[in-house]
Amino acid sequence: MNTDTIAAIATGIGGGISIIRISGDDAFNTIDKIYKSKNKDKILSKEKSHTIHYGFIVDEEEVIDEVMVAIMRAPSTYTREDVVEINCHGGVVVTMKILDLIIKQGIRLAEPGEFTKRAFLNGRIDLSQAEAVCDIINAKNDIALKNSLSQLKGREFEIINSLRKSILRDIAYIEAGLDDPEHISLDGFSNDLDLSIDKYCNRIEKLISSSKKGKLIREGIRTVILGKPNAGKSTLLNLLVKEDRAIVTDIAGTTRDTLEETVQLNELTLNIVDTAGIRCTEDIVERIGVEKAVKMANEADLIIYVLDSSTPLDENDQTIFSLIKEKKAILLLNKSDLKTIISEKDIRNKSSHPVIVTSFAQHKGIDELEYLIKDMFFKGDISFNDDIFITNERHIEAFRATLEALNMVKLSIKNCMPEDFYSIDLMTAYEALGRIIGENVEEDLINMIFSEFCMGK
Amino acid sequence: MSHIYEEYDVAVIGAGHAGCEAALACARLSLKTIIFTIAMDSIALMPCNPNIGGTSKGHLVREIDALGGEMGKNIDKTYIQSRMLNLSKGPAVHSLRAQADKKDYSARMRQVLENTPNLTLKQAEITELIIENNIIKGVKTYSGAIYPCKAAIICSGTYLNARCIYGETVSETGPDGLQSAVYLTDSLKKLGVEMFRFKTGTPARIDKRTIDFTKMEEQKGDEKIVPFSFTNKPEDIKKDQVSCWLTYTTPKTHEIVRDNIDRSPLYSGNIKGTGARYCPSIEDKIVKFPDKERHQVFIEPEGNYTNEMYISGLSTSLPEDVQVRMYRSVPGLENSNIVRNAYAIEYDCINPSQLKPTLEFKNIEGLFSAGQFNGSSGYEEAAAQGLIAGINAAMKLLKKEPLVIDRSQAYIGVLIDDLITKETIEPYRMMTSRAEYRLLLRQDNADLRLTKIGYRVGLIDENRYKALVKKEKAIEEEKKRLESTVIGANKEVQMLLTSLNSTPLNTATTLADLIRRPELNYQMLEPIDSNREYLPDDVIEQININIKYEGYILRQERQVIQHKKLENKRIPEDFDYSKVLSLRIEARQKLEKYRPVSIGQASRISGVSPADISVLMVYLMQHNSRKYANNINQ
Repeated sequence: MNTDTIAAIATGIGGGISIIRISGDDAFNTIDKIYKSKNKDKILSKEKSHTIHYGFIVDEEEVIDEVMVAIMRAPSTYTREDVVEINCHGGVVVTMKILDLIIKQGIRLAEPGEFTKRAFLNGRIDLSQAEAVCDIINAKNDIALKNSLSQLKGREFEIINSLRKSILRDIAYIEAGLDDPEHISLDGFSNDLDLSIDKYCNRIEKLISSSKKGKLIREGIRTVILGKPNAGKSTLLNLLVKEDRAIVTDIAGTTRDTLEETVQLNELTLNIVDTAGIRCTEDIVERIGVEKAVKMANEADLIIYVLDSSTPLDENDQTIFSLIKEKKAILLLNKSDLKTIISEKDIRNKSSHPVIVTSFAQHKGIDELEYLIKDMFFKGDISFNDDIFITNERHIEAFRATLEALNMVKLSIKNCMPEDFYSIDLMTAYEALGRIIGENVEEDLINMIFSEFCMGK
Repeated sequence: MSHIYEEYDVAVIGAGHAGCEAALACARLSLKTIIFTIAMDSIALMPCNPNIGGTSKGHLVREIDALGGEMGKNIDKTYIQSRMLNLSKGPAVHSLRAQADKKDYSARMRQVLENTPNLTLKQAEITELIIENNIIKGVKTYSGAIYPCKAAIICSGTYLNARCIYGETVSETGPDGLQSAVYLTDSLKKLGVEMFRFKTGTPARIDKRTIDFTKMEEQKGDEKIVPFSFTNKPEDIKKDQVSCWLTYTTPKTHEIVRDNIDRSPLYSGNIKGTGARYCPSIEDKIVKFPDKERHQVFIEPEGNYTNEMYISGLSTSLPEDVQVRMYRSVPGLENSNIVRNAYAIEYDCINPSQLKPTLEFKNIEGLFSAGQFNGSSGYEEAAAQGLIAGINAAMKLLKKEPLVIDRSQAYIGVLIDDLITKETIEPYRMMTSRAEYRLLLRQDNADLRLTKIGYRVGLIDENRYKALVKKEKAIEEEKKRLESTVIGANKEVQMLLTSLNSTPLNTATTLADLIRRPELNYQMLEPIDSNREYLPDDVIEQININIKYEGYILRQERQVIQHKKLENKRIPEDFDYSKVLSLRIEARQKLEKYRPVSIGQASRISGVSPADISVLMVYLMQHNSRKYANNINQ
């Protein structure tokens, strides 16, 4: 239970506009750190309550998005705390990036229902809603439980657990030495600890970087459609989008000229990028488009290569074949309703990627494509290069907190602080990791001290 | 035949470390107090280790003193060696420990009791509590005498149904062969009090003349002594100190223990009580840590007027013949004679979850308890509880606010909160690792944390209070001066820094920033700080600590603010958990059993999850609002 400052996306992801809400004592401090007005002269914490301001969210020098920010002072707010609401452009990537930036400022990601809970606890919501709030809280636990069970299987769980155990042992050793200095000496321990912490940090950094990839699962598998002009790329996009599935959002990418669509395939999300048709060209503008497509393809998790079976293969196809050689890709032999020049066999000879014969005009092969994508994902073919993926933002936040705490220990060691200062931050790291696997700290330490170290008169 | 004596305000049962503090607190707060002891010669007895303090226990003693208790003054008067432990570590874990002359310690405390106005001493065993309508009315002695009282404080230590055991030898006595108290448990059980059975142990005492100290390492006391009591100055209590000695167990020792383990009552099943993991017997150490090649053994004098030496680290309940061989396998003890055998002791105590944070029983009004009876271990833990139970009995009778010390204020707060909130499975020992706000709860600032509270309660006099306020002011003013005094990079400064192995300045800086450097401190900067006025050592100590560890201290203070928010959310005493259907069954049962006073306390009960706490908070809001609404309607 905390009464610290929290933040979360307050709207469903994927509307035209997303709102990120920050609530708590540090809400204004935080927005001051990441907001710049057009003339760079406005400090939001000094502005009047219940006003809205145009400006930019910036990470150091980099502008992340153009936004409207509403500031509301306690107690006349939803939660009865200081509240800041950032209205941004609604794209998944941008919204998550802003939320990420806020969390990096030390703000905690709100739990489901937490704004409402605070609103209630601070007396904002009528008592008749109490039951509903309890339901939210209880439901949250079920979801969290399911989440942690489904997301933390086998190896991930083991890694976190063994990290925690090592950290706890370090703490227990220090504490045993502090509580029983005549039996347990801490001489030289700081050097060992410094080395151990490097190892812990290394592992956590790996977990964080893989979790960034893991985030793609929720944000979407980055899918790029390649093909020569008029092979049917846009039609495919339209087909995937127009099926009675929710279009999550349009994302104007950083380039602002490539359209990205988000498509939900049951539990999977595809972020599909439609690229310029690839062909060798002297035209400079078009060449930039092609280079961009090549770059996109290189960054993609999955490539869908649409071939027109009614036109012969040429050097442009060769370029694409070599481009996708090392990538996960699906080949669609389209326009099967027309007179085919290229056969499925021809293609299979040229590439080891799976091939589906389609006719977008007749809606043929689309189901098969969807099935194949799901199959590839769940078999682990689309694996994000690493077999650990943590999708939960809360987990990432906890990893960051762990890392930060461990770095504090390193700093204490470097500054020749005495050993009892290390355990403060080691405990923070231990607790942060515990949040991920949902374990309580309580008596762990005392039990570890007694089971591992012989102490006492 | 029963006969009724005159009424007392408070009856204290037991005159050990808890009982003495409880009785003194009540009497000093002008309440008519009577203290019962089974034997007048066992007042403030130290039946186990001959020292006071140590890690975290030293903190407790300083806190007792800061609140106006007696333990610190008593050990300052009767110590024979004093050391500050952990000096190479941070200030939060510096811990004071003093070897006591046991006889002196006990005699001096008895003298204080005997000379305290309002306090009556009586040698008698209390066999029964007289309770009417769940309110304490009096206590009854073995001889049938009834002493009516408005409050009673049980401090029965390890005497209830005590049983001493070594090997196959069992005697139904309290510690040191003293008579045990065999009736009170039944009286408590009849009142519905839940009892536990715990165990502890003590090593043998050996005749000094039969020890060869040349085979041991000498451990001397500190040259510079820090008194336990804030009312004493180091020079006031300086004296010649005695030494302790260090030796080690040998493979032979371990072999003897292993070969005879089946004769240890701990392993044969003759002992049923639960022992503390912190005070393991040598049997336990060898069984649980078979890889450890040797264990330390400290030889500590029991006093100036005796040859008995306490063999710390070798507590055991092995049979007498094994004990002799075992002790003689240790270098320096080859020809030793045992004066008193080592033994384990079993005793009755209560499940402390039956107590309020004031140490009053939840179900029996006016009945308080403290010390080992509450499931703790150690003299200091006992004294701390005795003081708080005494103060709260007094506050109740004086119709004043009860005294509840928070975890963020003192080790005493941690101790009592742990006892009443956490499942007690063994005798509870204080440890620095149990205090989450350790950095703020230092032994050096116990007076700054608690003396104002002691003054408010009435145990600290006007002079001491004024001295504290003066100290506080001196610290604040000097800190401000250091933060604002700018030092330029002149030749004198650079030379001083170089001579102290500190990097010379690039630009001007403040004195405070220089103090922050690990290699520097306040005292070292005197040559370049011309405006400095004389300050006492204790003020300088606070300045150094506050400036050097400022960042860490601030972080802990922020944690305390978060913690306090939950502590301040009170749960009404009549709160009906059965109405909170959203609580999980386990949580509901635990909450009903412990009946926490605040959301903060509830959150520390094992088996109560954060989600349960959220649910509870929601209902509490509802509860409060309804109550409010009802009041308006009436």
